[in-house]
Amino acid sequence: MGISRRQFLQGGVLAAAGTALAGKGEASVDAPELRTKGATTSTTICPYCAVGCGLVVSTKNGKVINIEGDPKHPINQGSLCSKGSSMFQVAVNDRRLQKVMYRAPGSTKFEEKSWDWALDRISQLMKETRDRTFTHTELNKKDNKQYVVNRTDGMAFFGGAGLDNEECYLWSKFARAMGVGQLEHQARL
Amino acid sequence: MTNHWNDLQNSDCIFIIGCNPAENHPISFKWIEKAVDNGAKLVVVDPRYTRSASKADIYAQIRPGTDIAFLGGLINYALKNNLVHLDYVRDYTNASFIINDKYAFEEGLFCSFDDQKKTYDAKAWAYELDGSGNPKRDASLKDPRCVYQLLKKHYARYDLDTVCAITGTKRGDYLAVAMLQLLLGNVGIAGGGVNALRGESNVQGSTDYGLLFHVLPGYLKSPEFDNLNLAAYNEKWTPTTKDSRSANWWGNTPKYITSLLKAWYGDNATPENDFCYDYLPKRSGNYSYSKIIEKMGRGELEGLVCMGMNPAVGGPDSGSAREALGRLKWLVTVDLWETETSIFWKRPGVDPKQIQTEVFMLPAASSIEKEGSISNSGRWTQWRYKAVEPVSKAQSDLWIIDQFYKRVAALYKKGGAFPEPLTKLSWNYGHGHEPDVHLVAKEINGYFTRDVTIIEQGKTLVFKKGDQVPAFKYLAADGSTLSGCWLYCGSYTNEGNQMARRDNSDPTGLGMYPQWSWCWPVNRRILYNRASVTPQGTPFNPRRTVIAWNGAEKKWQGDVPDGPWPPMADDKEGKYPFIMLPEGHGRLYGLDLKDGPFPEHYEPVESPAKNLLSAVQNNPVVKLPKNVSSNLEQYPFIGTTYRMTEHWQTGGMTRNLPWLVELVPDMFVEMSESLAKLKGIRRGDKVTVTTERGSIEAVALITSRLKPFNVGGQKVEQIGMPWHFGYAGLSTGDSGNMLPPTVGCANTNIPEFKAFLCNIEKGGRKG
Repeated sequence: MGISRRQFLQGGVLAAAGTALAGKGEASVDAPELRTKGATTSTTICPYCAVGCGLVVSTKNGKVINIEGDPKHPINQGSLCSKGSSMFQVAVNDRRLQKVMYRAPGSTKFEEKSWDWALDRISQLMKETRDRTFTHTELNKKDNKQYVVNRTDGMAFFGGAGLDNEECYLWSKFARAMGVGQLEHQARL
Repeated sequence: MTNHWNDLQNSDCIFIIGCNPAENHPISFKWIEKAVDNGAKLVVVDPRYTRSASKADIYAQIRPGTDIAFLGGLINYALKNNLVHLDYVRDYTNASFIINDKYAFEEGLFCSFDDQKKTYDAKAWAYELDGSGNPKRDASLKDPRCVYQLLKKHYARYDLDTVCAITGTKRGDYLAVAMLQLLLGNVGIAGGGVNALRGESNVQGSTDYGLLFHVLPGYLKSPEFDNLNLAAYNEKWTPTTKDSRSANWWGNTPKYITSLLKAWYGDNATPENDFCYDYLPKRSGNYSYSKIIEKMGRGELEGLVCMGMNPAVGGPDSGSAREALGRLKWLVTVDLWETETSIFWKRPGVDPKQIQTEVFMLPAASSIEKEGSISNSGRWTQWRYKAVEPVSKAQSDLWIIDQFYKRVAALYKKGGAFPEPLTKLSWNYGHGHEPDVHLVAKEINGYFTRDVTIIEQGKTLVFKKGDQVPAFKYLAADGSTLSGCWLYCGSYTNEGNQMARRDNSDPTGLGMYPQWSWCWPVNRRILYNRASVTPQGTPFNPRRTVIAWNGAEKKWQGDVPDGPWPPMADDKEGKYPFIMLPEGHGRLYGLDLKDGPFPEHYEPVESPAKNLLSAVQNNPVVKLPKNVSSNLEQYPFIGTTYRMTEHWQTGGMTRNLPWLVELVPDMFVEMSESLAKLKGIRRGDKVTVTTERGSIEAVALITSRLKPFNVGGQKVEQIGMPWHFGYAGLSTGDSGNMLPPTVGCANTNIPEFKAFLCNIEKGGRKG
């Protein structure tokens, strides 16, 4: 039994709607079928502000088909602001960085590189900078004594308030193992 | 936050200052509105009539940079009219503590100011101690040298007329946030607290994990050059108390730093080698963000890695930051999008051939393309799942950091400068494509490095090597435990991943949801909750019981108590409520601050007004950069920056999304109708806003929500702007942060973004 658009909007045929959608969940001519029917779902937390609203991500065949608020979440109870509501466009967006890009000194453009090439080059640069700028002991001007500081003065690490906790932890661990004292991020701003 | 988002509904009065939750934490407003539905009053204090203001019972306009004057006025009013929770103030704060007789405040300066170095010696503000080494106290609060009386005297100058003349607030609208909350007895209760609304989804976690120069994970201090060894470090940073009623929780510092070192260096860290303490870099200066940018600008930095950070837009005087990036030998950026930082070398107006920086732009996975936890402002640490693989060649930050470490360590196995901190680092996260995030989370929680037996209150607890540590009270300083971050101990136990819990039941009805995710510390939802009860353990407000002492069963009911000990009045085992301070009492008088024990109003560095409260115009310990100006003829208007709902931070995550760009497509500045009339500006006109740092172009938005300030009888206009825009992205525009100066707070080095001087002209940027 179909429902006319007017009837649906008037809300006068909820019983009819129930008949059309209940049971087998078959779509009829006008009754909408859930876009997320048959999808795999998982929960996540919004990556924007620090309220920490819950979202449900629906995927099919490894692709995101819907992201919306998680009704079970105690803080947002399914609702989202305009940023959280747009989360789909973070997941599915041509402007997302897809490749490793490298810009040589003085160059006017990026060129694509492999991860292997870039990571080898970066680790080489990190080591060279650390070797060159590592300060083992430092003179303190107040008492004219040498102090052991074991610090890499020529390198700084920034970031990041958008990282997961486990990532923040490894970043902190790696930074200090590198002797980096210049470790800062968004919280300072 | 001491409290958390859902707790806002329990409030009787919500005072919003220096933030705009309806705009920037929109879903939190659901809970603010619930409180209002239940009869709560909403007060908003802001330079502009914001979305939050539109819902308020009282809106008070405030001139940017005068918050301390405003709050000082409220403190003065509360004290003069005895509108304080006296029992709370006397028993739970340091109001009764006596200050040494050398302390003074005169002519805008506290005692012990060194005019040459422009610093204070905080030892001059110390408590006076009794024979046992504890602070002397006067429970009657009458001694002229007790904190309560000194507080009254300090804020006596903040009378209604003076305050309104400074802030520009209308007297009728008018009637140092933590102090006010302590005076009112509001820290530790449901619907109370001091609640910082943090800006990014995991800035709470990133600070918890020590991504700032002055801290290690868990807010342990990063070691200074003269902390020669672990014993010296512990000596310097472990507070002590002679008062057995003070829990002095930071007294556990040695356990936490040793456990951290064991997590970082594993079996290589032994008592004999000081647990590899030597491997930690030692600081001998101020390495805060702005200082790093300055150093970079002098060409003294070779390399910078931006792991999801955009200094070309995010910091003050961003034009200088962009120039500074060009002095680097190499730059690595890790983001979901092309940012202003990753393309700084081809930004408008520069010739890439003149810039020699090697740049690596690495593609990162989004939050739904990886698994892990993040911590919201309310300290709730929530687990997230991987829904899909990262797009194309993007990788998670976890993978990228793992690659950095493994490749650099491999190079160092062949030799180089002091290789041991890298080659001896403990890095065991499985053999999958990327580190097993559960192994990382378990290390953060911590586990026993050997079999341990603990006798606790007559019970014998047996832990096996490899058992997860159930709570941080079991962490030890002898190397028997490791823990990557003591605050998160309890988040991943032998029972499993507590952060992934999804039980949304609320047994107390106060919105605490004790089984939804996990919060630090030890799943305590409201911090300092021992201050929500009388010294006998009875709730001050039985309608909103956070914890209550059950004398018959000798235990607390409700939230996890902030220390399991019996109520404070218990002679043998009672403890004070503010357990993170050595004196156990909330500080109305702040001993360790760099610019004085009481907040004092000084004018922003660029200001249209003379300081009405003292002869000292600006904060005396703040160092001023060269490019500031209070020339009112050149820059007659107050400039301020803020955020919007539709965009976020430096804009990468929103200005690349068509839906959000459609909502807010352009960089704009807001001004009052009177300013627009003065300058002949109409809505939609291109305008140029100029400061001593440079100028930006924007679209003009004219509104009655902004009104000029009354500054000493003169009308001073303001110009407000979002700072979300930049030259990268789908939608581009000039960056608001080009305008504010690099002036840092004396205590935190956070820049003075929101109060500067500017001028505005009709027409776009020239040249």
